[in-house]
Amino acid sequence: MSPRPDALPGQEHFVAPADEVPLRAVDAVDTESEPRSLWGEAWHSLIRNPVFVISGVLIAFILLVTLFPSLFTSQDPRYCVLANSYGGPQAGHPFGFDQQGCDVYARVIYGARASVSVGVLTTIGVVILGGIIGAIGGYFGGWFDAVLSRLTDIFFAIPLVLGAIVIMQLFKQQAGVLLLVAVMIVFGWTAIARIARSSVMSVKNAEFVTAATALGAGRRTNLSRHIVPNAVAPVIVTATVNLGVYIVVEATLSFLGVGLPDASVSWGMDISKAQSALRDRPSLLFYPAGALAITVLSFIMMGDAVRDVLDPKAKKR
Amino acid sequence: MTWYVLRRVLQMIPVFFGATFLVYFLVFFMPGDPIAALGGDKPLPEAAQIRLREEFNLDKPFLVQYFLYLANIFQGDLGSTFRGQSIASQLTDAFPITIRLALIAIIFETIFGILAGVISGLRKGTWIDTTFLMASLLVIAVPTFVLGFVAQFVLGVQLQVMPVNVGRDPSWTNLLVPGMVLGAVSFAYVLRLTRTQVAEVASQDHVRTATAKGLGRGRVITTHVLRNSLIPVITYIGIDLGMLMGGAIVTESIFNIPGIGFHLFDAIRAGESTKVVTIVTLLVTVFVIANLVVDILYALLDPRIRYVSKA
Repeated sequence: MSPRPDALPGQEHFVAPADEVPLRAVDAVDTESEPRSLWGEAWHSLIRNPVFVISGVLIAFILLVTLFPSLFTSQDPRYCVLANSYGGPQAGHPFGFDQQGCDVYARVIYGARASVSVGVLTTIGVVILGGIIGAIGGYFGGWFDAVLSRLTDIFFAIPLVLGAIVIMQLFKQQAGVLLLVAVMIVFGWTAIARIARSSVMSVKNAEFVTAATALGAGRRTNLSRHIVPNAVAPVIVTATVNLGVYIVVEATLSFLGVGLPDASVSWGMDISKAQSALRDRPSLLFYPAGALAITVLSFIMMGDAVRDVLDPKAKKR
Repeated sequence: MTWYVLRRVLQMIPVFFGATFLVYFLVFFMPGDPIAALGGDKPLPEAAQIRLREEFNLDKPFLVQYFLYLANIFQGDLGSTFRGQSIASQLTDAFPITIRLALIAIIFETIFGILAGVISGLRKGTWIDTTFLMASLLVIAVPTFVLGFVAQFVLGVQLQVMPVNVGRDPSWTNLLVPGMVLGAVSFAYVLRLTRTQVAEVASQDHVRTATAKGLGRGRVITTHVLRNSLIPVITYIGIDLGMLMGGAIVTESIFNIPGIGFHLFDAIRAGESTKVVTIVTLLVTVFVIANLVVDILYALLDPRIRYVSKA
C-alpha cells in the first residue's frame, strides 16, 4: 500500500497495511451463506424443543392413522356381532367390544378420520376466510376496516357451540362432515380475523416496512414480501391451538346428537354411546376419550411450542 | 373516558341488531313447517293452520316478521311457543338456575385459576409449575362432557356425595359439581393466562426495583406483580361469563338441570323457532353486554387503551 499522495510527510506510517492487522472479529461474521429468515431461525430452535418434537411425532402418527387406518387394524369398525355385546378383550380385539358388539379398537382407529378431518378442514377454512377478512381490514383501515370489524363483532357475538347447535339441528337431514365444517367456519372465523387484523396493523407500521417503501417497494411487494410473512405467525399459532378446540367441538356436537350422522364412526359418537354403559364398562368411555384427548393435546402443545419460538418476548426469558 | 364509553355503546347497537338478525334469519329459514308439524300424524285443519300462521306472523314477508318480533321484544313481550305457552314464564324459572350455575363456574375458575396461575408463574420451570401446566392441558384436551360423565359417575354413582340428576329447584350445593365442570376449561385458561402474565411482570424492572428498595416478598407480589398482571385475566373472565351461558347447554343436559341451555336444546328439538330465537337473543345480549363491561373495565384499569383508541 503506497502512502496517499496528499499525506503530510511522516504521517503515512500511522496507517498500517490491511494485511498486517488480524481482523478476527470481522472474519467470524459469516458473510458467505444466506442469512436465516424468521422461519429458518424458528425451525432451528423448534427442532431442539422436546415439546415440539414429541407433539410433532404424535401428530405425524395421528395423520398416518387418519389416512391409512387399515394399516393398524384388520377389523371393520362397522362389523358388529350382537353376541359379542360388552365382550372383554380377546386376541385380535385388544379393547373388547361395545354394546352393539363392535370392535372398540377398530372404532378408535377409524374414528380418527372424522375428528381429524373436521379439525383440519375447519382450520383451513377459518384461516382462509378469517385471515383474508382480518388482513384486508387491517391493511386498508378507514371505513372499510370499520365495516369489516362490525361484521366480525356480529359473528363473534354468537358463540361457536351455540350457533353450531342451532344450525346443525335445522339441517339435520343433510348432516355430514362438509356441512359441519361449513357451519363451524361460519361461526369460527372471527377469532382468526381479529388476530390477523391486529397483527397486520402492527406490522404495517413497522419501521422495516417504511424502509422498504422508502427504497421503492410497491404495495404488492410490501404485502407479499414483508407484511404477510411477518404477520402470519400469530395466525398460525392460534390456528394450531384452535384445531384441537374444533375437534372438541365436533365431539360435543356429536354428543348432543347434532354433529355427524348417527351411523358415522367418530370419537364423539362413541363417547356419547359409552355414557349409558359407564357403570359397567368404563373402558368404553376411556378409549375414545383418551384418543381424543391425546389428539387435542398434541395440537395444543405444538401451538404452544411454535408460539414460544415466534414470540420474541417469550424468547428473551 | 366518557367519549370512549359512548363510542363503545354506539358500536354495540349494530352488533346487537346484526347478531339477532343473523339468528332470526338462520332459524326462520328453517326447512320444514313448524305449524304443520304441530299436529303430528294427524294434520291440523287448514283453517287452524292459517289462523296460527297469522298469529305468529309466519304469513308475512321475512323482514316484516323480524321487525314485528323485535318490536314485541322491546315491549317486554317475549312471545309464546307454538303450543301457546308463554316463553317469558318458562324462562323466569330457568334463567336464575343458569345464572347460579355460571356464577359457581366463574367463582371457581377465578379463585383456583388465579391462585394456581400465580404459584405457577412465580415458580416457572419448577416441578410444581410443570404439574399445573400438564393438568391444565389435560383439562383443555378432555371435552367438558367427558369430564361431566366422569364427575357424575365417580361422585354421584360410586361415592354418592352428590345427586346423579339435579332436577327441579336445584340448591346451590346441588349445583356445585356441575358448576365446577362447566368452569373447568376456563379454569385451565385462567391458570395459563395468569401464569404467563405473572412470569412476564415478575421479570420486569419495576419489580426488581421494589425488591431492591427493601419491600417484603408478599408486598412485592400483591401490589407490584399482581396488580399489573391480572388485567388481561379479568378481561378473559368477563368475556367468559357470556360464553358460559352458552356452554351451559352441555352441562345442563348431562346433569338434567332445567336451565336456559336445557330449554334451548328442548326448543331446538321441538322446532319451536320463536323460543329458540328468544333464548339465543337473550344469550347474545348477555354476551354483548359482558363484552362492553369488560371493554370499559379494561379502559379504566389500563390508561393506554383510552389513549390509543382516541387517535
